[in-house]
Amino acid sequence: MIKAFTKSVAVLAVVSLGACTNPNGIGDGGGFGSGNNGGAGQFEPGSASDPTSPAYFQQTIGDRVLFEVDQSTLTDAGRTVLSAQAGWLITNTDYVAIIEGHADEQGTREYNLALGARRANAVREYLVSQGVAGVRLKNVSYGKERPIEICSAEACYAQNRRAVTIISGGLTS
Amino acid sequence: MKKFIATLLVGLVGLTQAPSFAEAQNGPLRIEITDGVIEPLPYAVPDFVAESAGASQLATDIARVVAADLSGTGLFREISKDAFISTVTNFESPIQFSDWKAINAQALISGAVSEDSNGNIAVKFRVYDVFAGQELGGGLRFRGTRDGWRRMAHKVADAVYSRITGETGYFDSRVVYVSETGPKNDRKKRLAIMDYDGANLKFLTNSENIVLAPRFSPTGDRVLYTSYETGFPRVFVLDVGSVSRRVLDSQQGTMSFAPRFSPDGNHVVFSVTDGGNTDIYRMNIGSGQRTRLTSSPSIETAPSFSPDGSQIVFESDRSGTQQLYIMSANGGEAKRISFGQGRYGTPVWSPRGDLIAFTKQSKGRFHIGVMRTNGEEERLLTASFLDEGPTWAPNGRVIMFTRETQGANGSAALYSVDVSGRNLKPVRTQGGGSDPSWSPLQK
Repeated sequence: MIKAFTKSVAVLAVVSLGACTNPNGIGDGGGFGSGNNGGAGQFEPGSASDPTSPAYFQQTIGDRVLFEVDQSTLTDAGRTVLSAQAGWLITNTDYVAIIEGHADEQGTREYNLALGARRANAVREYLVSQGVAGVRLKNVSYGKERPIEICSAEACYAQNRRAVTIISGGLTS
Repeated sequence: MKKFIATLLVGLVGLTQAPSFAEAQNGPLRIEITDGVIEPLPYAVPDFVAESAGASQLATDIARVVAADLSGTGLFREISKDAFISTVTNFESPIQFSDWKAINAQALISGAVSEDSNGNIAVKFRVYDVFAGQELGGGLRFRGTRDGWRRMAHKVADAVYSRITGETGYFDSRVVYVSETGPKNDRKKRLAIMDYDGANLKFLTNSENIVLAPRFSPTGDRVLYTSYETGFPRVFVLDVGSVSRRVLDSQQGTMSFAPRFSPDGNHVVFSVTDGGNTDIYRMNIGSGQRTRLTSSPSIETAPSFSPDGSQIVFESDRSGTQQLYIMSANGGEAKRISFGQGRYGTPVWSPRGDLIAFTKQSKGRFHIGVMRTNGEEERLLTASFLDEGPTWAPNGRVIMFTRETQGANGSAALYSVDVSGRNLKPVRTQGGGSDPSWSPLQK
């Protein structure tokens, strides 16, 4: 289900690239005709340029934060991304999120599952501290089972030590 | 006779009295890999005698499986048929010991196979101490269906191994593991079960959901494993015969993993993650009643019972890094047993009770190792980019584990190694494999 969902988001994003003129356009009815067709002239609803869309969350807000080796402490860069995530979630109340925690391959399977859970929980706690209702967030750890980068070097490991906020529910076009 | 037995005993004594033990305490940890100290015992297995029409292929095949089992241990070396001066054509005829002495066969295994009109087969065998000129133990006969011929061959090999080494064998056993296909970033995993030598492969799940770390019950009838079937990692129990499964722990908002049976098969220990904290629980598998065994804010996982069921070894990072601890099976205070450099995880108590196998991470390498239950006499048996997840052969003499190769094309495979560090070799599987669990000897 998660897989199908992210796929459709990616397709929408590609379709909408050419249409993007004003990413801040939502709610700004002035100068765009009658106003009640509001966003339609500026972006495809649900596309990556629609600030209320999961695609926008994923691509513009940033859906992931990275971690140091064997750590689940948020970095400054991570907190910045998560503050923006929290802002988006507070604005777009129709959506819920699953926070996936991941580890790189340097570790035993079971420990990495637990480590991924720590990372997902660090993200969850931060989002809640920023005002997101805890009932909208679920955690899952994939440990080292779902790497996105496949080399056995720090460049890849750094990308795999991540927590990804996956938006679901709400508008599903 | 005496000399013949003594030869093999040397090998086995070496397992428990490795000379490096004393040094291991102070100096750098020593890695013992297939150093070939043991001279394998030469033996001959002529094709078994076909005592009924149509059994000749089976008679040959069974002898080949017996030989593969024995030679696969690294403790025995088969003498090629080409060297034979005579062979065994009648199971009851006296053995020409001089012919076998001449080619230096210290042990001779003769056997016969017959098939009745119902398709059942009988396999009988004898073991001879060639230099003593006498039989070792009495003759034995196994009966069963033709389909089960490999099991009968394994039983013959187990009996031979046992008579010559004084140890229980491990050939009539199975392995449940995770079969892996596909690239690293789209790996498909499914549970598979096979004979210990890779024969009779059968899949127990499809590859729709990630499955991890299956563990046999003490009788081999059930398998615990972790599956993402519900979207979250959860412990399942699967009946091997019917392949039916059920979720064991389904408390909302938590994850459960790293399950293992108690020696009586009535309880399961596993990890539960609630929020960011992972602790160990014990569950009565019949009633579902759950008891929390650890309650520290650190990661506690990979629990494994002692063979008598009184204690549990597990890993925890409460000290700051992954280390091994032992606690009572009822929980309570835990005693740390690992103190070497690096990180220690996935401890598994030997079925003999004497050793704990573990995964060690040190200086960017992974090792499978063993230590005494008090943490002393640590020995590393392997070293590679990524070795992990040991499981014990039913006799506690061999360890199987996962070895993963590095890089974008990296893949996982099953390997086995003697507890002495000798005889490291891949285990035959169809495609990639990880997370093996070795069954007890089959009845």
